[in-house]
Amino acid sequence: MLRYVLAILVLSTGVALAQSSIATLRGETPLTEEAEPPRMVPFADIGRQVRNYPEQPPVIPHDIDSYRIDLNSNKCLSCHARARTGESGAPMVSITHFMDREGQFRAAVTPRRYFCNQCHVAQHDLTPPVDNTFIDIDTLLSSEEAR
Amino acid sequence: MVELVRNYWRVIRSPSAYFSLGFLTIGGFLAGVIFWGGFNTALEATNTEAFCVSCHEMRDNVFQELKATVHYTNASGVRASCPDCHVPHEWTHKIARKVQASKEVWGAIFGTINTREKFQEHRLTLAIHEWSRLSANDSLECRNCHSAASMDITQQGPRAAQAHETFLLTGEKTCIDCHKGIAHQLPDMSSVPGWQ
Repeated sequence: MLRYVLAILVLSTGVALAQSSIATLRGETPLTEEAEPPRMVPFADIGRQVRNYPEQPPVIPHDIDSYRIDLNSNKCLSCHARARTGESGAPMVSITHFMDREGQFRAAVTPRRYFCNQCHVAQHDLTPPVDNTFIDIDTLLSSEEAR
Repeated sequence: MVELVRNYWRVIRSPSAYFSLGFLTIGGFLAGVIFWGGFNTALEATNTEAFCVSCHEMRDNVFQELKATVHYTNASGVRASCPDCHVPHEWTHKIARKVQASKEVWGAIFGTINTREKFQEHRLTLAIHEWSRLSANDSLECRNCHSAASMDITQQGPRAAQAHETFLLTGEKTCIDCHKGIAHQLPDMSSVPGWQ
């Protein structure tokens, strides 16, 4: 009997602790309710951001509000398509986007790379909700050398 | 019967022989006022958003798409309604457009676009009509509100400022050349120059 009482006591204090001290992205909103989403942050004009590692899809240094990408049209490509870059002065979509999954280079952006904002996002000036300790490879190498 | 028609015809052929000059002048003036007033009222009644969305083709397709855009919802609450962009404001052109719109009445009666699928099928044709109309009149309906002279490009984003300086202010392009699909969704653009 005493064992059960102890177990219940331990469990309930555990739950109480978890509720008050463990920080989650969801916060303390009960599962049955929806939390108020944070206000949308407008696009931040903070200049062209350098990639953190070579494979990173570059972030978009301009506003993309109301630029539709769907089956019918892709607004991004009206500046970033190869044939349009002369007039627009925008960087051309990289050659990797013309490669299909067989490794063949095609005439236009392949369907698997068509939806730009699957990988590319517009820049925002935000505080990340979760800290991370990422440092880029150059910083890492120079600190290794210094040691 | 024939006698009656003949009598009326005689009066209509030379009314001044039967009515006084004063009656004819004032009567003609009043009839003119009533006709003209009625005509203009009817014209203006067909020139409202309420009239446009009274057909489900407009209400369920293009009007729903407009609602999500900045021309319907924005910070200041100033908005454009259907005829602001789709009907010329100047009288002669407005009448010309209204005459063309008899085709749309035909479409509404015979159900040319009475389902979403039929509408999507015709969307490119319909869009091309509007694009060519706006290219031909140098985007007049855009410019009724958006004046290039009052546009302070220093307050625009660097990309917009540069594009407007190079193409709009030099007159090389007109609004609709770049700003397609700003108030409604676009059709399949693969056949439209400048799009993929």
